[in-house]
Amino acid sequence: MTDLVEGPDASEPIKNPGLQEHQERPQDVDPKAARRTERQISGMFGLATLLMLGFCVAYVTIDKDQTFLGWSAMNFTLGSTLGGALLLMGVGIIQWAKKLMGDHEIIEMRHPVASSDEDRESVLADLNKGINESAIGRRPLIRNSLLGAMGALGLPAVILLGDMGPLPHGQRKTVWTKGMRVVNDVSGTPIKPSDLEVGALVNAEPAIMYETDEHGEHVLHGKELLQAKSKAAVIVVRMRPEDVTPAKGRENWGIDGILCYSKICTHVGCPISLYEQQTHHVLCPCHQSTFDLADNGKVIFGPAHRALPQLPLAVDSEGYLIAVSDFPHIVGPSYPELARDQKKLDKKS
Amino acid sequence: MRKLSTRRRHPLAGFVVLLMGLVVAGGMYSAFAPKPATAEEASARDIEAGRQLFLIGCSSCHGKNAEGIQTKRDGNYGPTLVGVGAAAVDFQVGTGRMPLANSGPQAPRKDPEYTAEETRQVSAYIASLAPGPAIPADEYLDTDGVSAEGLAEGGEFFRTNCTACHNSVGAGGALPSGRYAPTLKGVDAKHIYEAMTTGPQQMPVFADTTITPEEKRNVIAYIKKIQSQPEYGGMAGGGHGPVVDGLFTWVIGIGGLVGFAIWIGAHGARVKK
Repeated sequence: MTDLVEGPDASEPIKNPGLQEHQERPQDVDPKAARRTERQISGMFGLATLLMLGFCVAYVTIDKDQTFLGWSAMNFTLGSTLGGALLLMGVGIIQWAKKLMGDHEIIEMRHPVASSDEDRESVLADLNKGINESAIGRRPLIRNSLLGAMGALGLPAVILLGDMGPLPHGQRKTVWTKGMRVVNDVSGTPIKPSDLEVGALVNAEPAIMYETDEHGEHVLHGKELLQAKSKAAVIVVRMRPEDVTPAKGRENWGIDGILCYSKICTHVGCPISLYEQQTHHVLCPCHQSTFDLADNGKVIFGPAHRALPQLPLAVDSEGYLIAVSDFPHIVGPSYPELARDQKKLDKKS
Repeated sequence: MRKLSTRRRHPLAGFVVLLMGLVVAGGMYSAFAPKPATAEEASARDIEAGRQLFLIGCSSCHGKNAEGIQTKRDGNYGPTLVGVGAAAVDFQVGTGRMPLANSGPQAPRKDPEYTAEETRQVSAYIASLAPGPAIPADEYLDTDGVSAEGLAEGGEFFRTNCTACHNSVGAGGALPSGRYAPTLKGVDAKHIYEAMTTGPQQMPVFADTTITPEEKRNVIAYIKKIQSQPEYGGMAGGGHGPVVDGLFTWVIGIGGLVGFAIWIGAHGARVKK
């Protein structure tokens, strides 16, 4: 308590005000108030116990299909009893600490953070002794080879990164092939151009998703089906033919205003079918990338970098919509080697 | 077998001849008598009544013959209604979107201005101009009898075709430039069906040729089912998704806890005596 010396001091131009005068709480001076607070707190703890019992009773007796104010009666009761019990326990503990537990001021003086000079000297002496005994300075071969081994520790980590997933080169191919029918998603029914009015949107898939082999088993199922679907899903739209402005070479990719585009956003691959039939814009709900389907799927807003890939359409002998080929442009999100893969794809076609 | 003529003097012969005469006369009368009004004529009267209503309430924007009005700059003052069908009129007028109160990004749903009878008449008039989507039959609007399989299939169609704009529980969502996909809560089965077949405003058309009437009924049954389910997770907050839920939790939930903690710390137990 040397810091609390009275009177003016050269090292302490402003007088230390010291501690405020201690104020008593009502509970410290009035035994009745203390007993009342004690009863309050134990009442809260007792009520918490009752609520926990209520939780157990509700768990056993309430049917899971019962409702209360439009909510599940069971979830509501379990939540309110357990939550109420925990709240009462918390409030009770805070009341206890604030109103009844010991109430006196404590001073803890600040100390320099550094160790004492003796400690520092002895630690340095020990360290130097250890370095001398290990002879690390005199045997550089050992030191350098150890450093080399520690550097090599990074190699296993790098080689493990290789298993983070295959490189996305498989992305440049989808299950679409020449002559494959474009069918309705979910129902799998093929689509005739006459089925589509101006303004129509069909969420569609390649027919192979619904094809079965001679045993009645689906050709694609499980993981392969999902992987194929994640790349090959398309949207088919119909607009007035005079609204379409096809790029050079794309004049015959649509049929009378019927156009087919990939459903996978070229930004990070969200499925997109938020289509505005009057503006012909399709929006990605993830990051608001917007593509103009009347203008070759051009990006007109948002973080997407490439136009939405278009699937060239034709009609088969029975009058159903078919694909002319796989997507001429790589579908799905961009990846570092995409430009190289696209060049390979262009060369092949 | 004796000939009929040998019985002509039978005591009952007179009654038989009288009976035959009555049957023939009655038959002739029923064949040639003026008929009461039939469905076709009622429809013709509806069309005329609808035309009168159209001329008063709709023609200022859509043109006197529903041909639409083009502005000088090639814009659309009111689009043509030839070929939109009865379903489009029933949807637009029945949900109060038309007549439009003021121009804006999108016609909002409001209380209908026309009675059901008037809406039917205007629908009949527009349907008489050119073929278009009809008002759906009641059998595709009654969702009570839909099986669990039908509900599941409806859910698949809903998630594939509708959730992109209308949200996974049909709560609706925003579109660019002030437009929006409206909530499906409280919308009649008939109007949901008509919206699919006619594609109002920015909504694409999901015609009966691509999604069959039975499939549409299943979609509607699914929408009605998810709306009538109890909220097992507590307050759903409108079902607007993680952004709204997160905002509520972080600002009101966590913020409330922080405020409570500060209040505990600020209130000492000591009082001056």
